[in-house]
Amino acid sequence: MTTNRNFDVIVAGAGSIGTPAALSLAGAGLKVLVVDPLASVGQGSNKRAIGGLRATHSDPAKIRLCLRSLEIFATWKERTGVDIEWYRGGYCYVAYRPEEERTLKELLVVQKASGLAIDWLDAPALLEVVPDLNPEGLVGGTLSPNDGHASPLLAIRAFYDRARAHGAEFHFGERVTALTTAGGRIAGVRTDKGEYSTPVVINAAGPWGAEVAALAGIEVPVRPDSHEAAVTEAVARFLEPMIVDIRPAPGSANYYFYQHHTGQIIFCITPSPSIWGTDVRETSAFLPLVAGRMVGLIPRLKNVRVRRTWRGLYPMTPDGFPIVGWAQELEGYMLAVGMCGQGFMIGPGLGELIGRLVLGAATEDDRETLTYLSPYREFKGQERLK
Amino acid sequence: MYRIKQHPILPIPSRAKVPFTWKGEALDAFEGETISAALFAAGIRVFGHHPKDGAAQGIFCANGQCSQCLVLADGVPVKSCMELIRAGLAVEPVEGLPELPRTDPRASRLTTARPIETLRLPVLIIGGGPAGLSAAIELGRRGIRTLLIDDKHRLGGKLVLQTHRFFGSIEAVYAGTRGIDIATRLENEVRSLAAVSVRLQTTALAVYSDGKVGVLVEGRRYALVEPEVLLVTAGAREKNLAFPGNTLPGVYGAGAFQTLVNRDLVKPTGRLFIVGGGNVGLIAGYHALQAGISVVGLVEVLPECGGYKVHRDKLARLGVPIYTSHTVVSANGADAVESVTIARVDGSFRPVPGSERSFDCDTLLIAVGLDPVSEFTEKAREFGLPVFAAGDAEEIAEASAAIFSGKIRGLEVARALGHDVGEISPDWYRTADILKSKPGAVVPERTPADETGVFPVIHCNQEIPCDPCTAVCPSGLIEMDEADIRLLPSFAREKGGKGCTGCEKCVAICPGLAITLVDYRKDAEFPTVAVPFEFLKETLKAGDRVVVEDTEGQPLGEVEVGAVRALKANDRTVIVKVRAPRAYAKRIASIRIQPAEASEPLGTYVRRTADDTIICRCERVTAGEIRRLIREGVRDISEIKAVTRTSMGSCGAKTCTPLIHRLFREEGIPDAEVVDQPKRPLFIEVPLGIFAGLGEKDRDHDDE
Repeated sequence: MTTNRNFDVIVAGAGSIGTPAALSLAGAGLKVLVVDPLASVGQGSNKRAIGGLRATHSDPAKIRLCLRSLEIFATWKERTGVDIEWYRGGYCYVAYRPEEERTLKELLVVQKASGLAIDWLDAPALLEVVPDLNPEGLVGGTLSPNDGHASPLLAIRAFYDRARAHGAEFHFGERVTALTTAGGRIAGVRTDKGEYSTPVVINAAGPWGAEVAALAGIEVPVRPDSHEAAVTEAVARFLEPMIVDIRPAPGSANYYFYQHHTGQIIFCITPSPSIWGTDVRETSAFLPLVAGRMVGLIPRLKNVRVRRTWRGLYPMTPDGFPIVGWAQELEGYMLAVGMCGQGFMIGPGLGELIGRLVLGAATEDDRETLTYLSPYREFKGQERLK
Repeated sequence: MYRIKQHPILPIPSRAKVPFTWKGEALDAFEGETISAALFAAGIRVFGHHPKDGAAQGIFCANGQCSQCLVLADGVPVKSCMELIRAGLAVEPVEGLPELPRTDPRASRLTTARPIETLRLPVLIIGGGPAGLSAAIELGRRGIRTLLIDDKHRLGGKLVLQTHRFFGSIEAVYAGTRGIDIATRLENEVRSLAAVSVRLQTTALAVYSDGKVGVLVEGRRYALVEPEVLLVTAGAREKNLAFPGNTLPGVYGAGAFQTLVNRDLVKPTGRLFIVGGGNVGLIAGYHALQAGISVVGLVEVLPECGGYKVHRDKLARLGVPIYTSHTVVSANGADAVESVTIARVDGSFRPVPGSERSFDCDTLLIAVGLDPVSEFTEKAREFGLPVFAAGDAEEIAEASAAIFSGKIRGLEVARALGHDVGEISPDWYRTADILKSKPGAVVPERTPADETGVFPVIHCNQEIPCDPCTAVCPSGLIEMDEADIRLLPSFAREKGGKGCTGCEKCVAICPGLAITLVDYRKDAEFPTVAVPFEFLKETLKAGDRVVVEDTEGQPLGEVEVGAVRALKANDRTVIVKVRAPRAYAKRIASIRIQPAEASEPLGTYVRRTADDTIICRCERVTAGEIRRLIREGVRDISEIKAVTRTSMGSCGAKTCTPLIHRLFREEGIPDAEVVDQPKRPLFIEVPLGIFAGLGEKDRDHDDE
């Protein structure tokens, strides 16, 4: 099949970033095509996200993007009538040692300055919020009540449905194989199914971002590592916020879990050292590793029955921050990659920013955000709340 | 009151009573039985209501694979079909979302945690049914260290539910012996082999990419097993069917039914209706009658039953109407099955309007085929762990075929481990193929012309793999072409000067109950016909008037019972002798048991208007919701899952996946266009504390 059709924008990747970006772009009246090699929307990393939504980050760029995302998620049902299982349960980072207390308290400064509703709670106050938490040695923790969670599956579906309603086209089972250029700028896209002309291509290919960038001759420092996650049976609500424990332990860095809208506990752990590559096959190490830590933190979890496990990819960058912006090497080529496992929460806010960027309507705030996320930064820093 | 107190085949053990409570009411159970058995024995069939729509929940698989039978046992959600009753247990229904039991929040109180052990050994066998046991025997005999795990409380798999005599070959697979007894023989042999260790109540949870198999040991401890070779003999799961009312308590699989009746010895129903005329459905009907349960009818959508004709005939002759070219339209009732509506189908299997009929029943068995439990095999293949499969886990066939394929696979596993097993005879593979073969052609019955002396009449007129009759005749008068046990047996009047002595051994051993003995010696006008009968001897007595029928169940006349004999040598097959007119004596195959009133339809048909054809029973997703997506163009099952939550439930997409594929087919979508969803662990749900290595003591809770 050969087609030659014109689009205003072609997005590579119908995932956490590409889909809301397509919604913003199509909503602004642009003719949008989204191409994804997988069989349907969100089948790469989006569906593997556990659903946590927070603006509790360590830098102004992500805080700003995610505050906007949270607004979109939190108001989605009232604005569109579609339930995406949003729940405002908050995020709670716990501290059992002076190290974590110090880190969390230091971060409060930039978090508050960036407009985040967050506070330090001492142990008794924290236990009022999370009564099942192990009280032994608990120093305290932060609580950001406006954070929460939603279903990545339903949310991306909602964005997808709206994007299509605005005229965006989605081609699944189709892979971008080459870019066509003319006079140093994007002219079109070739796929394994056809050829399309467009002045703008957005790389939102998640863990495959570097490969898709290579088609444009651009090198981006994105490489995926993998994390495993699991979901339990549903039980009556007993846990409000997402619990994050950033203490390192043998075999793992942080781990986190929450009780979803459905009553299910969903949890995930960050392996240490990182497991690089695109292997998403389940391993025998995951459950014993995470179970020991969770049961130690909330003993009541010992009886909740684990239903299913899976493994997903985190497209990591050297400093732990996303890479977003126009490519200098090729006009009309935009990078929106390296979300470091936070694509779901960054997506809607970033999607809007991408829309403004393509339309040439970026604000002062956007420009500031983009300096943090620039593809051409030095990647020297290190995200402290990965 | 709902217990089976006597059974023609199964011994009824005397067991100690155990007190427990249901919703606070004191009840008695028997020691060693499951919670579901105890509840059924007390007449309780609704175990809770679904949090999404309040639908009543009850037994569905009775096999530990779904979670429909969930109850709260001392506050903890458990599968009632797998969990044994304990004295004083407080059992409660699950109404909405259960509360997670409260515990002491101090982690220091958790004292029993220990690291998860990894066990390395040559062979892990998942499943101790006919295939797994047979393979373990071959491996054990060769001294190959083998771990055999099974999630049930005893070995034998589904053999322990089979009260009937087995088909197949006497020489290869114990044909002519009852399934329950084959289980004991195989188990005894396995237990005698030092190289084989057996773990019961032990469930495989996942095959991981690092070649380890996650195992829940005895329901309370997690371990990893790293075998050099994995052998999957985990059997099959029952297919389900989509129709309005299909998840009402009382609608469940024929295998589940056999578990309740033949393992748990409860009478889960008074009036049963069966959907599906394969061997499983036909045999379930037979087992129901043996347990004293009325079988109202059986529908089969095809023009002929797919099971062995001898099974079909056996059931029809006992008085069960078999409606071929019919389907189930709906199961009716509010909180449980009260009636079923069936209809004739047209050439494209759609119900013909106006042909609906309803029947009073409280249980509807779904026996529409089996699917292999293939997830472990598939994962092992994907991950490069050497794996073999045998029995139903490899290919759905009779248990006799599973015994034989297990034996062959056992040798193949030994060979894969470098043991010299010699050449596995090509005859073995041929026998394996024969045992798996589908029933063949039906040939007209060959009634002997003779009307003198005594001789057997063989009412077996379909080619099936079965030969016990040829082995028992002391004069060798019943013969079959040795090359193929699927061929029909034939009777020779005389051989080497010897003729039939009327010993009745052939009558007793035929698994199809398809041999009678007609004796003209005393009275040529009213010969005596010996008929096999697998009911309690007391059911009939000399002098009773009974209706006798031909092979397919057509009544021939009413005759008088002459004698009822239960000889020990006949292994619970009773021989009933009737005197019948010469005109039809040779055509008699059986005696009708069930009165015609038991199967009469209701005066009017019951229409179920609720749109509750459920595809995903865990998450209560209807066929309508999924059809809508298919019609919108959705082809990726993962997308259906994302939108509807189909297959996100506790059964692990085991039940809904085949139904979704079926919906696609019904909507005219070719299989090649449909994208399947990935399969993920765990096989069953397991408490988090078990993965943390917590011992029993720490997993108790302390909300009292």
